[in-house]
Amino acid sequence: MKLLVILVIALAIIAIVQLSKVYEFTRALRKSKEEEISPADNKLQANLMLVWMFVFFIGVIWLYVRYGDYLPESASEHGKDVDWLMHLNLWMLTVMFFVMNTMLFVVSWKFYYRKGRKARFFTHDNRLEMIWTLIPGVTMAFIIVFGLITWNKITGPASPDAITVELYSKQFDWTARYPGDNGEFGASSYNLISSDNALGIITKEKIAAKLEEIDADIEKIKQSLEENKMVSAMPESYVETLQDKIYRLERHKQRILDLAELKMESGKSNWETGADDRIAKGEMHLPVGKEIEFIFRSQDVIHSAYMPHFRAQMNTVPGLPTRFKMTPTITTKEMREKLGDDEFNYILLCNKICGAAHFNMQIDVVIDSPEDYEAWLKKQKTFIAQETAPEAAPAATDTTATATADTSAAMAPTADASH
Amino acid sequence: MSTEHTHDHGHGHGHDHGHHHHEESWVSKYVFSQDHKMISKQFLVTAIFMGVIAVMLSIFFRLQLGWPGEKFGMLNFFLGDKWAPDGLLEKNAYLAMVTIHGTIMVFFVLTGGLSGTFANLLIPLQVGARDMASGFLNMLSYWAFAISSVIMVASLFVEGGVASGGWTVYPPLSALPQAMPGSGTGMTLWLISMVFFIVSSLLGGLNYIVTIINLRTKGMSMTRLPLTVWALLVTAILGVLSFPVLVSCAVLLIMDRSFGTAFYLSDIFIQGEALDVTGGSPILFQHLFWFLGHPEVYIVLLPALGISSEIIATNARKPIFGYKAMIGSILAIGFLSFIVWGHHMYVTGMNPFLGSVFVFTTLLIAIPSAVKAFNYITTLYQGNIKFTPGMLFSIGLVSTFVTGGLTGIILADSALDVNVHDTYFVVAHFHIVMGMSAIFGMFGGVYHWFPKMFGKMMNTKLGYAHFWITLVCGYGVFFPMHFVGLAGAPRRYYDYSEFEFLNWVMDLNPIISVFAIVGGAAQLLFIFNFFHSIYYGQTATQNPWGSNTLEWTTPVKHMHGNWPGAIPEVHRWAYDYSNPEHEEDFVPQVVPLKPGEHGH
Repeated sequence: MKLLVILVIALAIIAIVQLSKVYEFTRALRKSKEEEISPADNKLQANLMLVWMFVFFIGVIWLYVRYGDYLPESASEHGKDVDWLMHLNLWMLTVMFFVMNTMLFVVSWKFYYRKGRKARFFTHDNRLEMIWTLIPGVTMAFIIVFGLITWNKITGPASPDAITVELYSKQFDWTARYPGDNGEFGASSYNLISSDNALGIITKEKIAAKLEEIDADIEKIKQSLEENKMVSAMPESYVETLQDKIYRLERHKQRILDLAELKMESGKSNWETGADDRIAKGEMHLPVGKEIEFIFRSQDVIHSAYMPHFRAQMNTVPGLPTRFKMTPTITTKEMREKLGDDEFNYILLCNKICGAAHFNMQIDVVIDSPEDYEAWLKKQKTFIAQETAPEAAPAATDTTATATADTSAAMAPTADASH
Repeated sequence: MSTEHTHDHGHGHGHDHGHHHHEESWVSKYVFSQDHKMISKQFLVTAIFMGVIAVMLSIFFRLQLGWPGEKFGMLNFFLGDKWAPDGLLEKNAYLAMVTIHGTIMVFFVLTGGLSGTFANLLIPLQVGARDMASGFLNMLSYWAFAISSVIMVASLFVEGGVASGGWTVYPPLSALPQAMPGSGTGMTLWLISMVFFIVSSLLGGLNYIVTIINLRTKGMSMTRLPLTVWALLVTAILGVLSFPVLVSCAVLLIMDRSFGTAFYLSDIFIQGEALDVTGGSPILFQHLFWFLGHPEVYIVLLPALGISSEIIATNARKPIFGYKAMIGSILAIGFLSFIVWGHHMYVTGMNPFLGSVFVFTTLLIAIPSAVKAFNYITTLYQGNIKFTPGMLFSIGLVSTFVTGGLTGIILADSALDVNVHDTYFVVAHFHIVMGMSAIFGMFGGVYHWFPKMFGKMMNTKLGYAHFWITLVCGYGVFFPMHFVGLAGAPRRYYDYSEFEFLNWVMDLNPIISVFAIVGGAAQLLFIFNFFHSIYYGQTATQNPWGSNTLEWTTPVKHMHGNWPGAIPEVHRWAYDYSNPEHEEDFVPQVVPLKPGEHGH
């Protein structure tokens, strides 16, 4: 392949050199003016217009035939509507594409310059203008109406018995969280994130542990400041860096105290409910035929959860939870059989530039039968079990219980879902 | 302001220059020139220089995309051991190339280069003015552009790394140096460069508007203006209204980066530290950015459409069809472009109802765009077409405008955008409209007005070769990308080979890269033709294309003040081509109406 590139580049350079030589020769031989295009040249360009049109169309048709079946069957309920709409639009656009380009190139080919003939002095025609204002106008009206019907279906409120799953993004991986037996997510805060609490779930123990950790850090820095003062003069800038660090840690501590206070006051029930939340990495399982409502959160920068097989995408924004709902319709197993590919897996990719490993930030999505899903979910560790006894995970009773969302809705409901 | 008055003003201005013709020093003529024609050449040459860099960057990353993991000595040669160790493009360097390619192309080539060149050259010449309303501001505009270009190029060489968060520089990625190396010094320089760029745009834009409104010659009513001037006027208005928003957007980002504010930041934990920022919104940045960003698309496209209107009418030897409808559609596009920015944000978590509104407004733009496309084709119909290189590029523009515009309908439809947002489908769409249509307008303009700029002719044969290779390669690069995108390939990925579900479509990538390399190399034809013709080209005649507009009544050799005598008076519209009441197939605007003739 590399050889091919070098070859192509070399050929291109040779072509350019040759062309400039030809140019030098013709310039010397020719006495005519550059702006006076010979009838032969003009005719050639006109014919090239037509030749190009055919070459172009054949290329486009080849692409449609070879790659037109662009994605495997949609594996979600709304995906079918999206696909239908997409096909409708693509068909319309493709027809328009061929019609307009044919008109353009055929007209260019047909009306090349002939001496002694005059172009038609045709300045305007309001009827024609009206026609090509109204036709696109009416077409657009259809596209808008169909588009918005589908859009409202996609973004309408989730049904009350939807399963809520939180998807948490950070550079460069995804973590899924499922509400535990109580059916509710525990509240979380970025202030509590630590190595054993990647999602920052709030529990009394975590708050205490984090405060302790910060105090210890502050103490350590203060000590090193003291020690160095005794031994030798520390560079001024370094002292400042350390002092700044202490300041930042104290601010962090204050934020946690504020948070604790706030939660106490509001008496929100979900602030101790995180203990039994189940957490999964590397693979996210979902049951087929059940509506899933995703809540997306981000730890650092904007990412985007893109699931091409489900025609689903939503950005994950730090500080702003976002939502997307969908109902998977085909299990991974069924899809593997359909495609005749035992290795096939649904995938969720990051689709918003987020750093060097942006291209390598995925999580597999496995669509199970409801029974398999239950079984899988039970095997996932609860938040508390992660650090204590791994086997002590309590048996789940009904994981499909209603999950009320604790995060503020980023999407306002606009229309009734058609379920 | 009455036309009578403007004429007096213009005349008086000319008086000053016409009679006190002092020799200019080299510096005041070629460097700190206040003459609009020289400034236009300065813009063009700077844009070509920036364009070469941007095309080279794109070839570098196309090599990685076409043959992921392959080692290319060429990459190591150009980029060095840090960015391309052993000839393999480094991941951060890849994102940097993508980012700077986009930034340079959108802002420096297609905004500064296109508007800067043709607004400066054509506005005074086509409205019949001695120069821009303020030559001094015009000079400042170029020099702000030059400084901004230098800073942008310099940012490629900073230690920390080049800005690499994409040309849209969304925070928090661009705001946090911890997030990626490219968000350090490189990003600071990027922002400073953009501030200078905006200053340049605003100084230029204000000047263009004032000149068009106030300095039209006698008889040049608004409805006799060539469509180039109309397009440039609306472009300038869009720029003046939208660029200030980008300044505020950039300044707030600078504050977040350097002064500890949190306009765009909230609840961030990065590199082991929970940052002391709450309450900001990254989405705010996107609203501010796209409030400029969408009009920007038309700032790029409208001048190209204006240029092609003029070239198509001239070379089809036929009046532009539906002159007033063309003006109307330019105005409609200009107006609508301000209320569609949200279509870039359907999947940001924006309220879906707001999304519906943007679906509606965005799809409305299809109507004036369709009107323009049909009018172009009708102008060609029953014409008498001379295929100059400028004309070829203008016809190419119409084709790409149609092809690229149509896919915009899919992206405007929020329900469909969910699945193709940020995929190669988007890349295909905007490269066909901006990378092809707008660039074709620019090439067409250069071929057409080269005799006016330099008093020499460009070589036609080379122009033909340049056009056909560029058209074939342009479509060859960008058309297949639609399918790559529909198959679900996200943009800005360093490597696609790990994805099972994309394998079947990835054999397009080497093909795309080959087209990109050949197409990129073909631009050398243009560059050779351009610079060679400046020195050795055939000397141009006064009106080589048989055109009606005023610029072709000026002498071939440039002079300060444009016309040696009084400014010509205008008696008719710019599109009296093949008027049956006249012998010739063109009637310049300065020819008085015959007795009994109906003027436009």
